[in-house]
Amino acid sequence: MGTITAERKEEASQPSQLVEMNWDPITRIVGSLGIFTKIDFGKRKVAECHSTSSIFRGYSIFMKGKDPRDSHFITSRICGICGDNHATCATYAQNMAFGVKPPAMAEWIVNLGEAAEYMFDHNIFQDNLVGVDFCEQMVKETNPGVWEKAQKTAAPHAELHGYRNISDIMTALNPFTGAFYREALQMSRMTREMFCLMEGRHVHPSTLYPGGVGTVPTVQLFTDYIVRLMKYVEFMKKVVPLHDDLFDFFYEALPGYEEVGRRRVLLGCWGSFNNPDVCDYTYERMTDWGRGMFVTPGVVVDGELVTTDLVDINLNIRILLGSSYYDDWQNAETFVKKDPLGNPVDQRHPWNQSTYPKPQKRDFAGKYTWVMSPRWYDKRTRDYLALDTGGGPIARFWATALAGIVDIGYLKATGHSVKIYLPKTMSLPEVELEWKIPKWSNAIERDRARTYFQAYAAAAALYFAEQALAELHAGRTKTWNDFKVPEEGIGCGFHEAVRGVLSHHVVIRNHKIANYHPYPPTPWNANPRDSFGTPGPYEDAVQNTPIFEENGPENFKGIDIMRAVRSFDPCLPCGVHMYLGNGKVLETHHSPMFGLQQP
Amino acid sequence: MTAKAAAPYGRVTQKAPAVAEIHIIWITAGLGCDGDSVSITAATQPSIEDVLLGAIPGLPKVHLHNPVLAYEVGDDFMKYWYRAEEGKLDPFVLVVEGSIPNEKIKKEGYWAGMGTNPKTGQPITTNEWIDRLSPKALAVIACGTCATYGGIHAMEGNPTGCMGLADYLGWDWKSKAGLPIVNVPGCPVQPDNFMETVLYLLYQVAGLAPMIPLDDQLRPTWLFGKTVHEGCDRAGYYEQGDFASSYSSPKCIVKLGCWGPVVNCNVPKRGWMAGIGGCPNVGGICIGCTMPGFPDKFMPFMDEPPGAKLSSTAISAYGKAIRALRSITNDTVNKEPKWRHPRAELTTGYHPRSF
Repeated sequence: MGTITAERKEEASQPSQLVEMNWDPITRIVGSLGIFTKIDFGKRKVAECHSTSSIFRGYSIFMKGKDPRDSHFITSRICGICGDNHATCATYAQNMAFGVKPPAMAEWIVNLGEAAEYMFDHNIFQDNLVGVDFCEQMVKETNPGVWEKAQKTAAPHAELHGYRNISDIMTALNPFTGAFYREALQMSRMTREMFCLMEGRHVHPSTLYPGGVGTVPTVQLFTDYIVRLMKYVEFMKKVVPLHDDLFDFFYEALPGYEEVGRRRVLLGCWGSFNNPDVCDYTYERMTDWGRGMFVTPGVVVDGELVTTDLVDINLNIRILLGSSYYDDWQNAETFVKKDPLGNPVDQRHPWNQSTYPKPQKRDFAGKYTWVMSPRWYDKRTRDYLALDTGGGPIARFWATALAGIVDIGYLKATGHSVKIYLPKTMSLPEVELEWKIPKWSNAIERDRARTYFQAYAAAAALYFAEQALAELHAGRTKTWNDFKVPEEGIGCGFHEAVRGVLSHHVVIRNHKIANYHPYPPTPWNANPRDSFGTPGPYEDAVQNTPIFEENGPENFKGIDIMRAVRSFDPCLPCGVHMYLGNGKVLETHHSPMFGLQQP
Repeated sequence: MTAKAAAPYGRVTQKAPAVAEIHIIWITAGLGCDGDSVSITAATQPSIEDVLLGAIPGLPKVHLHNPVLAYEVGDDFMKYWYRAEEGKLDPFVLVVEGSIPNEKIKKEGYWAGMGTNPKTGQPITTNEWIDRLSPKALAVIACGTCATYGGIHAMEGNPTGCMGLADYLGWDWKSKAGLPIVNVPGCPVQPDNFMETVLYLLYQVAGLAPMIPLDDQLRPTWLFGKTVHEGCDRAGYYEQGDFASSYSSPKCIVKLGCWGPVVNCNVPKRGWMAGIGGCPNVGGICIGCTMPGFPDKFMPFMDEPPGAKLSSTAISAYGKAIRALRSITNDTVNKEPKWRHPRAELTTGYHPRSF
């Protein structure tokens, strides 16, 4: 597979013309993000990018001294679209710290809830938020030429999804008035009903606890879930080919579009869906039960699977500062010197992090965001890798495919692809889908993987429902096991939030939280230049993105940048700022330069 | 026949709203999680598209400016904010999501901001937006517990000094149209609770409803006038003194940390969406997430509320006796009357004359 991002040839024919272009806020994401760029309209590419987040809340500060049993209720509130992923991850960390293994039924219920979350969240993000970037109105305003072509291009899978031309798909994606936009919105409600069956409420669940769940497993519970699931499975048989047609069309209509949002393949996945047959939540056995997850954890560097070991993943997480509004903690207390296996734990690891906020003026030459810079230390090369999650699915698929472990009938990882089996539904026959490792880690492939992962989650849910029903029919309906909060202890939880890697690290002293640091996907993706000067993934992916938009600086929408940023599924409950200044021309150069190195 | 003559007689039922068009400016840049914006996309009673596409008669045309759903980006999106500030987007309803940080407690920088000040290049703080827009708004709605009362981010030990909107603007604050702040709490807000409140205000703006009825905490009375317990389908277990000692149990979970008897919220009655889900009704302790005292007064969440000990003990003796009596009656009513049988005789009490 692909190695480092290909070097881009400078074209001497066009003079450089740098224009400062900023978007603040970036809408149609969750949270507050600003993207500040310098765009070279001469060469038609982005020369420089800074991403900034404009909100600080201080979870790691106000959780100190609280009861460790409360952590999942509190941390759910970190995120308003994947709060349940936080709650789930927090219970994983609690289970480890409290030494409790939930009954199998509870694990299947959580897996069914989390599968519904993926089905809901990828669905609404893809078709109601990202989809707008591909809708008729947007394409007409940014690339009239592409709209012309779309009207003449037949959709290859029209018989499956019902839209004759590519332009018909684009029209159907128009916000609120588009038929597919509204269908997707309605489907996002049905999947949230499925979620509420298992976890009580969306998006901050009510029925999750350390030790299990309060959900009452009955015949009715699973009937209500499965009936809805099968409608979603049928929906997927149309949605996957619809998006394949749309995304393939962009490669065809705009040659070179694979460069939009492209960066080196540096992907992290922390695994999802615990398997109660092997998962006992002990740190000592985490390597084994991590590999038993139904989405395999892994780090993929330049197409190579570096590890699938959660202990290895855990120990090499590093939190760097550099451009964020915090004071350093290098000389602060070391909470965890060694992990339970005796391995040393770095001072920059989340277990040992201390958070000292220092609000200050925004300065793009200095500190400019509330997001810190998580990195993964690659001991082979001694690099602090700015891993991204690609918005979640592309990293999950890439790690799972290469690991080749998952094999549950409905899903099979082949070593180079992932096969997804969807059985017969009301009006459509059985289907096998196959996600294949793409040539690039870019905007289109991140978006495509998102669609395929919706089908993956549905297929996984079919398996989980079977397992849960088997427990129910056998009379094993207990959903919770008791525990005691230890006076001292540590715990960690690893999960996949919808948009990528999620970890929670807790230290308990005197039965209270002494330290708590959650690391959701967006800090991995939206972070600023770190103390080594390495830009964060958004910055990296947007820099050098070619500009295909037909508008000039005066009415520039930045659609290619928007597609690049949104492909990561930003979720900064903070904010994204997209501020289109007045198109102030900064510098005009006639020689190719602007040394913006890839990490 | 002319087109005019073709107008159906029934059209007389349709009244033009007192206000033809209205904007909703929605600030998500408080200290929140955007969970309330996400929540309203789940609403169906009414749904967001019902309101925006004119599916409900009598309402003004509604233009929504919410960052999670907006078509526009950056300045194209912010232009509505500036127009509202200049009084050129009239009338508009201001929705605030997230708690309001205290920007006065530090030397420089910002806790929360949205958009960039073109003069300074620095973020425009959320507080400044509230200061700019609230005097121009027809009505102001605080959406979710963070915006109403401070919520999770205003927990003890928090670094930002954040608070609810009424704490910031003043509890006696009134809009230019004379409306108090309307608080719709919930963490997140229950989808239909919020959209129904918006619908009510739109009816009010259209001249089709009187002043929205609010309680002391500025909550719509019809949504928050009852307790969780009063709408909980596990309350019957409570009455019978039958309490769960494990979260596995389908019985009343008040001894395991449920605050339902003293929390104003309709979720167990209404469900979370489409009647599905909820909190104690489906096995989740009520942690009081709609309440001004949330979260501190309910923590640690998984311990029995101190006040519940007395009442649950008191009801145990009565409840046990009642449960025993009901068990006997239940046995009785589980048996069919004795005259239903296949024997060759009629024992129903009817005495036939003709067969």
